[in-house]
Amino acid sequence: MVALKDNTPALELAFPVRARDFLAGGDGAARIRQVLQQVGFQPAIIRRVAIAAYEAEMNIVIHSFGGELKACITPEAITITALDTGPGIPDIDLAMQEGYSTASREIQEMGFGAGMGLPNIRRCADELEITSTMGEGTRVKIVIYNR
Amino acid sequence: MEYFHSVRLDEDKCKGCTNCIKRCPTEAIRVREGKARIIQERCIDCGECIRICPNHAKIAVGDSLETLSLYRYRIALPAPAFVSQFAGQADLERILGSLIALGFDAVFEVALAAEMVARATRRYLDNYHGKRPLISPACPAVVGLIQVRFPSLVEQLLPLATPMDVAARLAREEGAKATGLPREAIGTFFISPCPAKITAARQPPGGLAGPDGVIPLAAIYGDILKCLATAPVYPSRAGAGGYGWGHSGGENASIGGRRLLEVDGIHHVIEVLTRIEAGDFQDIDYIEAQACPAGCVGGALMVRNPYLARLELRQLACGLPAGPRALPDAGDSLVAAPFRPRPVLQLDADLVTALEKMRRLEATQALLPGLDCGSCGSPSCRALAEDIVRGEAQDTDCVFVLRDRVRVLAEEVVELARKLPPSMAQPERRGGNETAGNSGALEFAGPGRREGPGQRS
Repeated sequence: MVALKDNTPALELAFPVRARDFLAGGDGAARIRQVLQQVGFQPAIIRRVAIAAYEAEMNIVIHSFGGELKACITPEAITITALDTGPGIPDIDLAMQEGYSTASREIQEMGFGAGMGLPNIRRCADELEITSTMGEGTRVKIVIYNR
Repeated sequence: MEYFHSVRLDEDKCKGCTNCIKRCPTEAIRVREGKARIIQERCIDCGECIRICPNHAKIAVGDSLETLSLYRYRIALPAPAFVSQFAGQADLERILGSLIALGFDAVFEVALAAEMVARATRRYLDNYHGKRPLISPACPAVVGLIQVRFPSLVEQLLPLATPMDVAARLAREEGAKATGLPREAIGTFFISPCPAKITAARQPPGGLAGPDGVIPLAAIYGDILKCLATAPVYPSRAGAGGYGWGHSGGENASIGGRRLLEVDGIHHVIEVLTRIEAGDFQDIDYIEAQACPAGCVGGALMVRNPYLARLELRQLACGLPAGPRALPDAGDSLVAAPFRPRPVLQLDADLVTALEKMRRLEATQALLPGLDCGSCGSPSCRALAEDIVRGEAQDTDCVFVLRDRVRVLAEEVVELARKLPPSMAQPERRGGNETAGNSGALEFAGPGRREGPGQRS
């Protein structure tokens, strides 16, 4: 657990994310957004976190078998971690390209899977770390500094 | 900062039920000591509580017709939706004329100003290359909602004055020119479908002048009905486009020609704004967002059913010229003051303290039942957790926590009741002797019975 300067532990939030649950998809990101607003982060920071968390959450909904969206909040930074079990990303560099998507036609017809998820996350993130194991799952860690 | 609010509580009528607290989009109401209290800083005057209150205890305070006497020349500014309340019963000219019958000297249709705003919006969108979508500032309840709950979207509010303010400014100039009176002698009165407009006129953003007064439609509805048949005829200058602003989709229709999205009903607006903040809807140019169902025709101070009112307004507009006739130049009346966020939901001004409070809030919420019943007077378990952390409530305000405490206490009482001073014999032992005798008798009877059949066999 990350500790603050005055030894106050960081605020940790975790939300389960179900695969293909498009109705609940986005709820976790919305809750994180609400928490950040109540804590009093600047609107521009909140917005970047909101976008990154939403895209990361929807990636779990669209591509995985399910997972978890986590937030670790300190006065210095907000860390979003999206963990899933699923097929994994075969080529992360390719997945980072705008417009590239492995989403099925069915998903794309629903208006998702435009290949903008990871590029959007990168635009919002100060640090982005993607680790993926084929056939096991993916972990996306996003750090946004409060400055 | 002190806020003037149009929405108030009629204490005598309030029964302390929890309907309004659960409906409020900014969680601005708490039931305390049996009455619904409005947290002033949070209220956006959307009128949801007025609509939901079964006891009609929520009211909107505006100006009365008596305030007309403060001015020498009085101009009525009927909202585009105003005519929807009487359409079908009289022609547009007579509906406008009824305002003259009520004591006004002139009428300036806000629908006319709406057409100017639509034209200016069209031009603004043509040259806009910033963050999309832009959001209409026409509905003050939506503006308030964004300021309180979606501060990061404040910068996406279209920086143009609302039709109400434009109408007030142009009417004042016209009146001064026509009468030769100083501007202070001219009174402009918006006839409002909702409390949000009353509040907006009282504290115009940035202090830029809007109307001098706002009269709730509901307050003069009966008077107008009465004089409708005998009212003089007053010429209309606005077209169908301007009057369309009175119902949802009308504003977009009058702007025209792009990817324009309309949403009505404040809880639907919240859904759309949440999506925008998450980065969606960037391929939309403009969002017409209205707090009331079906738009202004569904305002909390309107009398007619919103859907019937919309039908009547559409039919009335069919008989009007579509486009703007000779549309006057709006000049600098379109200037709007920038909007600022209202960070009233923040737990603390200091980030570290706020974060600690949020940790306590999350921990407190986990101990609450999650039923969101409202019995504690807060709108949800999370809101109660927030109130506890803010020091404005305690956990035993929750009937379930209280019940659990009572159970623990009761068990302790039972436990304590069993304890005796060492000098006294334990009741179990005393009782044990007695029951030993009884059970002995039973044991005696028991085996006897059991042996009975055996003896028989």
